[in-house]
Amino acid sequence: MINCELPEDINRLSIMARQFAADGLRPISRKYDLLEQKELPEELTELAELLKIGGTAGADSSGSKPANGDPGNRNGSNMQAVVATECMCWGDVGLFVAMPNIGLGNAAVEAVASDAQKESWGELFAAMAITEPGAGSDSAGIRTTATLDGDEWVLNGEKIFVTDGYRCKQVVVWASLDLSLGKSAIKSFLVPKGTPGMTVARVEHKLGIRSSDTAQIVFDNCRIPKENLLGNPEIATNAEARKKAFGGVMQTFDNTRPIVAAQALGVARAALDMIQELLAESGIELGYDKGYHQLSALENDLYEMEAEYDAARLLVLKAAWMADNKMPNSKYASMSKAKAGRMGNQVALKCVEIAGQLGYSKASLLEKFARDSKIIDIYEGTQQIQQLIVARQVLGKSSSELK
Amino acid sequence: MSELFNLNPNDDQQMMIDVLHRFAIDDIKDSARQADEDAALPDGYLQKTVDLGLNFMPIPESLGGVGAGRTYVSNVLNIEQLATGDMSMAIAALTPLAVINAVMDWGTDQQRETVANSLATDKFTPAALALMEPGLGFNIDELATSAALQEDGSYRLNGVKSMVAYGDKNECLLVFAQVRSEESAEQKVQGFIIPADLDGVNFEREDYMGLRALPLYKMTLNDVDVSATTRLGDDFDIARLHQLSKIAIAALAVGCCQSVLDYVVPYVNERVAFGEPIANRQGVAFMVADMATEIEALRLMVYRAAAQAQQGLDVSRSAYLVHRQAIKYGMKVGTDGVQLLGGHGFTREYPVEMWYRNLRALSTLDGMLIV
Repeated sequence: MINCELPEDINRLSIMARQFAADGLRPISRKYDLLEQKELPEELTELAELLKIGGTAGADSSGSKPANGDPGNRNGSNMQAVVATECMCWGDVGLFVAMPNIGLGNAAVEAVASDAQKESWGELFAAMAITEPGAGSDSAGIRTTATLDGDEWVLNGEKIFVTDGYRCKQVVVWASLDLSLGKSAIKSFLVPKGTPGMTVARVEHKLGIRSSDTAQIVFDNCRIPKENLLGNPEIATNAEARKKAFGGVMQTFDNTRPIVAAQALGVARAALDMIQELLAESGIELGYDKGYHQLSALENDLYEMEAEYDAARLLVLKAAWMADNKMPNSKYASMSKAKAGRMGNQVALKCVEIAGQLGYSKASLLEKFARDSKIIDIYEGTQQIQQLIVARQVLGKSSSELK
Repeated sequence: MSELFNLNPNDDQQMMIDVLHRFAIDDIKDSARQADEDAALPDGYLQKTVDLGLNFMPIPESLGGVGAGRTYVSNVLNIEQLATGDMSMAIAALTPLAVINAVMDWGTDQQRETVANSLATDKFTPAALALMEPGLGFNIDELATSAALQEDGSYRLNGVKSMVAYGDKNECLLVFAQVRSEESAEQKVQGFIIPADLDGVNFEREDYMGLRALPLYKMTLNDVDVSATTRLGDDFDIARLHQLSKIAIAALAVGCCQSVLDYVVPYVNERVAFGEPIANRQGVAFMVADMATEIEALRLMVYRAAAQAQQGLDVSRSAYLVHRQAIKYGMKVGTDGVQLLGGHGFTREYPVEMWYRNLRALSTLDGMLIV
């Protein structure tokens, strides 16, 4: 039957994750926002250990078992991931992103690398390096090259905005085998830290998620073993194969989009919870019963934000549910990222506005939520790219028709 | 809660969706424009809706119904499908069911039997809720219509209701009023099941921006005396009725918005300007993308509220919020729909202006239907 509440085990997971966020992340939130340091907050290493222990003891990794005569329905790892992400990001988005041992490169390896590669590389903490100064949304336009020289790939180019770029142990790099062949020649390469020719040139100073390191990495004749090309070294020669090859890489984004959207849910929920706690002290509480003419401007804004939060959250849950049930979910993944991205930012900013001097002050975390929320509408595909993807799906347009 | 998150309708629900989808296309869509022009439902339309059998679902078998109980999720699915045909004609088909639902929830045994016998038949029988009152803003906590308890236990009704479907044609009306009694200062809202032709009851046809095919009336109650047996049970809960009404309104919005989206997509793909389809321009494409996103989100919020009702969970928050979203995004979709068709969208040759006018009604449909 149609049901939009979470099953018991995922509910338990969310309670645990919230507890973790409240006890482990919130207490160090302001500290690392102010420090904005290169080094990994040492508390995070311990916390990551706790997470690992909690992870195996907690939810069944194969997902909730189907019940009620509905063998086709699953609530699995995708739903667990979005729920856990929201709860952790309720704590602190930057610290969540900065969690060691969980890099975006890990997902790429998981999706694209061969079993032999995964076996030989073992446990990774890999950052993902795609964006360049001249190519952001247009990821197919990257100019970093990989040239085969004997038994080694030689990488040359410059990557920016690499999350975990400073702290990670490996970097997964997008490079082209042949710039004249466009996106079909783009492959991913695993580069361990310490490889000569790869330099972390700088770490950004940012508006928000300051506890997460965002690095610029330069590749200057960086040599890596031939085996470090993830997956298949063949360059697709026809349109169909090209689409498949690039599509395979892009597909990892289908699963990560709802998870990033969940970050926005977390920061929005954090701001909403905090503003309502503050307002409750002055006796203002939401009863969900007044007619429109009876609402104060403040109540109206709060209801608006709660509604927008619910809307975004359900889109995220739907995208995750579809992924768990092996339904192609590209449209819904992008819908969820577009909606949650803009909602998270609007809500966090509005809560600062409502809270006046207190909201604007660093004495409260509200201003930090407003700074952290902005990037979620930008990274992993900007709002506008998500709208483009949704539009193409709804209108039945190819990327050459609708730019 | 060990139920899994699930967005799939069950087999019965899917079957009904398919039937109503077909019905909307075959029996509603093509006659909606003329009905709006005429401010009248097409001949024979209401009788056709009887074959859908919706009225029989919540009525117990002992009273001649199917005995499905209160099926909130099925109701929103059904409302959505009918509304994809036309909002006015959807509401027209569903007001008797609203009365049935309310009486199944709160009626006395006698009332349930009477309503079952008169409204679940093979002939369309008009019936409607009368909650909304005329004026600037509707505040359910301050209903002006009063029901003064008399010494003999009867009630005297006074007040004015608005947007009452079918007016004097109603077989029965469920009128909501603030009960006032000499003894108790407490004022509770109650519902009274009355025929349309009582002494002191008068109807006047109303004319609105949209919903023109739906015959709506102002109802004046002037010292209308009704017996105690017309009053719903003691457990009647106006707040609950209001919540169920909000969910129904939102379901109407989803259906109507979906027709707007389904209409504009092929339009913008075909309409050429500056050498290519306007759908190739981000300004247009993004507007369509956002419409699709908000409609999907609204649909999910409707599902959630209905599913919570089905599971006996508190729906006060979900119903309140989905209603707000429906008003906001329902109108946005309506206005974007006209915008995407440009000048053509502004004429009555195309359906979008009618959907625009109908969607504006969402903010003032309290009590029209309940899930």
